[in-house]
Amino acid sequence: MSKGLKALETYALVTPQTLVFLLFLVFPIVMIAIVSFWQFNGYAMVPAFTLDNYIGIFTSDVSLKTYLNTFKYVALVWFFSLAIAFPVAYFLAFHIRNQRLQIILFLICTIPFWTSNIIRMISWIPVLGKEGLINQLLIGSGFREVPVEWLLYSDFAIVLGMVHLYNFFMIAPIFNSLMRIDRSLITAALDMGASGFQVLREVILPLSAPGIAIGSIFIVTLVMGEFVTVRLMGGGQAASVGKLIQTQIGSLQYPLAAANAVILLIVTLILVAGILRVVNIRQEL
Amino acid sequence: MEKRSLSFYLLAAFFGLFVLFLYGPMIAIFMLSLQGEEGTLTFPMRGFSFYWLGQVFQEQRVGSFVEAFQRSLLLGILVTVLSIVVTVLAALAFRQRFRGSNIIFYLTIASLIVPSVLVSLGIGIAFQVLGIETNWFSSGIGAHLTWTVPFAFLIMLGIFNRFNPAYEEAAKDLGASDVKTFWEIVLPLIAPGLVGIGILGFTLSYDEFTRTSLVSGQDNTLPLEIFGMTTNVTSPALYALGTLTTVFSFSLIAIAFLAYNFFSQQQKQ
Repeated sequence: MSKGLKALETYALVTPQTLVFLLFLVFPIVMIAIVSFWQFNGYAMVPAFTLDNYIGIFTSDVSLKTYLNTFKYVALVWFFSLAIAFPVAYFLAFHIRNQRLQIILFLICTIPFWTSNIIRMISWIPVLGKEGLINQLLIGSGFREVPVEWLLYSDFAIVLGMVHLYNFFMIAPIFNSLMRIDRSLITAALDMGASGFQVLREVILPLSAPGIAIGSIFIVTLVMGEFVTVRLMGGGQAASVGKLIQTQIGSLQYPLAAANAVILLIVTLILVAGILRVVNIRQEL
Repeated sequence: MEKRSLSFYLLAAFFGLFVLFLYGPMIAIFMLSLQGEEGTLTFPMRGFSFYWLGQVFQEQRVGSFVEAFQRSLLLGILVTVLSIVVTVLAALAFRQRFRGSNIIFYLTIASLIVPSVLVSLGIGIAFQVLGIETNWFSSGIGAHLTWTVPFAFLIMLGIFNRFNPAYEEAAKDLGASDVKTFWEIVLPLIAPGLVGIGILGFTLSYDEFTRTSLVSGQDNTLPLEIFGMTTNVTSPALYALGTLTTVFSFSLIAIAFLAYNFFSQQQKQ
């Protein structure tokens, strides 16, 4: 086959995938950007150029608070996911030497991620609710007279729910990079007299940084746009940018929702770029 | 056997707690969905019965769960087939270097990074501006593909990385055409990987809520139906529905695992 024809074939092969992303990712995002400058009246969007949507967002205390609240969720969920994921991945990668057992234990961490997020959310109701398991335990054992109210429908519940939903996205990349560490490096460090903690700090942690970065990117992007957990676990009181967008769509304020979406996207990209500056993840791919 | 250190036991205990954290709440709703007719949303269990599981299929009580399930099933199958076809083709192309491959690669990664709510809103707005009605089988499929294709593609790249091109070259030396080589050599070799991708794609689509929420049009998919139920159903029927669809997801994972083993065994022979 001639070289030109071969090249043509390559392009033909990638065309379907490229089309999927052009049609359902790039084009929609371009449309969001355009619509964010449109005007709207009570029931329809009007093609015109205005900065009102953005000015409205930047001058409103409510939206400012909503953005700060979203950052709070991102930071907390990121911190707790990492605090859980690193020991779990470390345990699987370094302490389980039987490969079969390792695969089984890893699968155990994976399986819940393959079921519905909403069902995993509502499954916290019988545990955290006012008459839930934890409160029954607390009252039954005499620790408390009245049920603890803030367990469900609170920021605590929202963060707990998101950590429950998304920690897998942290575990998998960290586990992956821990598994790639050449075990002889650790032996060498130990031979040279490093303590277990020094090995962890000087060898394992730096080498697992790309995995942590990939996990962090997942957590940041998943939590930034969240509205299901905020709605179900927050009980209608809590706010996040994702939920704000959803509410604005519900009341047909598409241009306003689009402006928020543009800001959300820019902030997310800045955070991702920040993570990429700290670590080079290309070697992982 | 070597002596285990203290840190092993501490970490093992931590892992145990983590598994309890992952599965505990889900086990709680499984149990509650099997309680008696007088049961409520919380413990203690009041008797044991399949009453609430039966309630799920009573249309008037919890909405049209069966239709939503059929829609999600069909959507999941379509999305899976499309994802596999699209990514196998793209991964074949990515075995050579070509101009623009970087752009397509980063476009694929970007699809994972863009928050889901944006994809949903964007497709919704695009369809509205173009004057096309959103529907689970048009805009819905597109929205799901932006989520399943990147995962499938990354796994597919991994599969082809480990792929030994010698078999292919041998087939071509023997005079097989490109197409024949693909069907008789490449496809059987990557089949176990495709099963994995298929099941991952299906479950991602079957359970997807955010990307569907604004683009499903008139009819609900199952996750949308369940989300709707959370606001108006206050009986264990909600848990029963959760139990049923989770059992369905778990069975799929089990089937995939068996199929993967089957194909891998065949390859060894």
